[in-house]
Amino acid sequence: MTVADLAAPELPAAAGDPLLDLLNGFIAELRAVGIPASLTENLDAMEAVKHIPIEDRDTFKYALAATLVKNQAHWKAFETVFEVYFSLRGAQYEITEDDLDLTDIEDADGEIRAEGDRGGAGDMLSPEELAEMLYRALMRGDAEMIRAAARQAVRRYAGMEPGRPVGGTYYLYRTLRNLDLDGVLERLMDVAQETEGDVDDFELRLKRDTYELRVAELKRQIEAEIRRRLVADRGVEAMAKTLRKPLPADIDFMHASREEMASLRKAIYPLTRKLAARLVRKRRHGRSGPLDFRSTVRHSLSYGGVPVEPKFRHPRPHKPDIMVVADVSGSVAAFARFTLHLVYAISSQFSKVRSFVFIDGLDEVTPFFEGTDDIAEAVHRVNTEADVVWVDGHSDYGHALGVFWDNYGNDVGPRTTVLILGDARNNYHAPEGWIVKALREKARHLYWLNPEPRSYWDTGDSIVGEYAPHCDGVFEVRNLRQLEAFVDRLA
Amino acid sequence: MSHRFTDVDAVREGLSKVDYLCDSGLAGVVYLADRLDKPVLVEGPAGTGKTQLAKSVAEITNSRLIRLQCYEGLDEARALYEWNYKKQLLRIQTEREADVGWDNISTDIFSDEFLLTRPLLEAIRATDPIVLLIDEVDRVEVETEALLLEILSEYQVSIPELGTMEAVQVPLVFLTSNNTRELSEALKRRCLYLHIDYPSMEREKEIVLAKVPDITDNLADQVARVVRSIRRLELKKPPSVSETLDWARTLVLLGVQHVDADIAAETINILLKYQSDITRAGKELATVEGLDS
Repeated sequence: MTVADLAAPELPAAAGDPLLDLLNGFIAELRAVGIPASLTENLDAMEAVKHIPIEDRDTFKYALAATLVKNQAHWKAFETVFEVYFSLRGAQYEITEDDLDLTDIEDADGEIRAEGDRGGAGDMLSPEELAEMLYRALMRGDAEMIRAAARQAVRRYAGMEPGRPVGGTYYLYRTLRNLDLDGVLERLMDVAQETEGDVDDFELRLKRDTYELRVAELKRQIEAEIRRRLVADRGVEAMAKTLRKPLPADIDFMHASREEMASLRKAIYPLTRKLAARLVRKRRHGRSGPLDFRSTVRHSLSYGGVPVEPKFRHPRPHKPDIMVVADVSGSVAAFARFTLHLVYAISSQFSKVRSFVFIDGLDEVTPFFEGTDDIAEAVHRVNTEADVVWVDGHSDYGHALGVFWDNYGNDVGPRTTVLILGDARNNYHAPEGWIVKALREKARHLYWLNPEPRSYWDTGDSIVGEYAPHCDGVFEVRNLRQLEAFVDRLA
Repeated sequence: MSHRFTDVDAVREGLSKVDYLCDSGLAGVVYLADRLDKPVLVEGPAGTGKTQLAKSVAEITNSRLIRLQCYEGLDEARALYEWNYKKQLLRIQTEREADVGWDNISTDIFSDEFLLTRPLLEAIRATDPIVLLIDEVDRVEVETEALLLEILSEYQVSIPELGTMEAVQVPLVFLTSNNTRELSEALKRRCLYLHIDYPSMEREKEIVLAKVPDITDNLADQVARVVRSIRRLELKKPPSVSETLDWARTLVLLGVQHVDADIAAETINILLKYQSDITRAGKELATVEGLDS
């Protein structure tokens, strides 16, 4: 196909084609989430759906993904949007508005109730029956049954009220609280142990993993079911907006949920790899050094004294010494962890890295990172083993900086770059800003990274303003994207 | 223009015939690549069969596989074409006696005869069906990527001295990337994107059964389950499919019928290549408690 074909594709149908409209809305939503879907990719997607029948939902999904999502980190966000837009549009693809009300779901449940070994009497399964159904579904690992159980569970426990403007998390919490999945898991394990008496621990462990994955699948199904119902109730656009989640690189360190933390941890590894590769390349392909006058004149002799061929010195890229001083108290701990992780992952780009953590006391944690190639483990040890509490375990920047100055101040030299990480919420202790000033005078650079949004600085007990004048730069680093940009600058 | 595949199922069945087991998503993307005449950019962890996909597709479509292995410093002369300088020189020397004018020679020595085709140009000029594999495209520099853009979007190569060479037939193109750096937007935009992840436990079991002769169903099941459990841990390098297969083969050779903790601990170094990973997996698998508890 030539570009000309791409630029002017014959659109599948005139505007007003329901599929086309839906796809347009879908792509608009993808862009709103932050996935960069360009115009040509948009056209490709339209072209693609001509070849893949929408009834084949899985393939349809991958076809859209293949044309629109070109980064694995965006896959999850894509999946959510896809479910919102196409969840109600399963095998029987119809798009008339009437289909979107709740009766459709009631019907669907009718079938499932039959599957769930129950006659038409009564409205829903009793809690006991549901628990039994759930147990059997997880035991067998039958995908169909798990889905049915998820639907029943939502019906029974979520207590969804039409028109109520809450997000899905609330309903999810209510459903899960009632299901007692941990209990079910225990029961499954007990049964496994009894029925197969001669199995060893290893086999049990494998079994447990199997069940845990099934439970995770159940949770996913419950979430999907809640989403499906919410979409039916409140409409696609409204729901898409409510469910909009930041991409991993945009997740705020300070307010990340447990799941978001997990996705951050997953995102950081490829990020460090890319960053390291980029920095190595930067070094290697960087411009050559300053003009070497002597050598240029020497070579000019062979051209009769005309400096035809300028010679340059070999670049000697400066590798900075890094000292990281990180606040690891509650709210900013996650930020400190990710920064330490990133700095150590590319530590080959620095000539030396030392790290210190503090809350109101301060402790050096460099040894945790030395001699291990498992950074995650080392960061974990920092969290559990470092001695950072002096009085009460509330941040005291003044005291912590004082300890740093007294014990390690002499190690700060003209080749050292000092990074201070923290929100500078000092609990109204003395700021001791002179230490930062003194450090800066000794060090090559001193940067302050603050995980709080700029608008919160100097509100309440935050005293960034006290320290900022003494730093070479104060940066807002709230997410991986900003962190990456900063480290890229640093190295 | 005729297409290589009639529908998505044809792709899947064809691939499974050559022992490449895939899900409908993957088959769908390959099918789309054929229909839309677009290249496929395949990303994913190492050892999940990205290169194998191109090979298998070549096999089922009876195409010749042309492979361009990318590396840092790859240039036009290695990827597209090069003038056969020595032959040109010879030609000039022979002509010298005959006293042919400059114009004649200069048009002469920049003709097809003196062109050395490299993989990309070869794929364009071939008359037989071709699958072009551009392997590990993330290894070339961003600037070099631009070399690929013309061929990827329009299936043509422009040679200043000769003009534009258009494809005789549109080859099926696969690019693989290990994701060590972000590829340029321009490249991504021209491709269909396919991420191949580790297979599900069921799929992996099928792969083991298909690829390892003489393995029992029971053992294959266990192998797949152990590998799945190991992949759940946070490791530096989770085991790839090829490592799973190596492990399964080893177990068969050792005559193992049933994997238990001891055997797993003894042979785990086939699955994991970092000491820290081996220690961690050993520690984790020794406990009955799952990850979530």
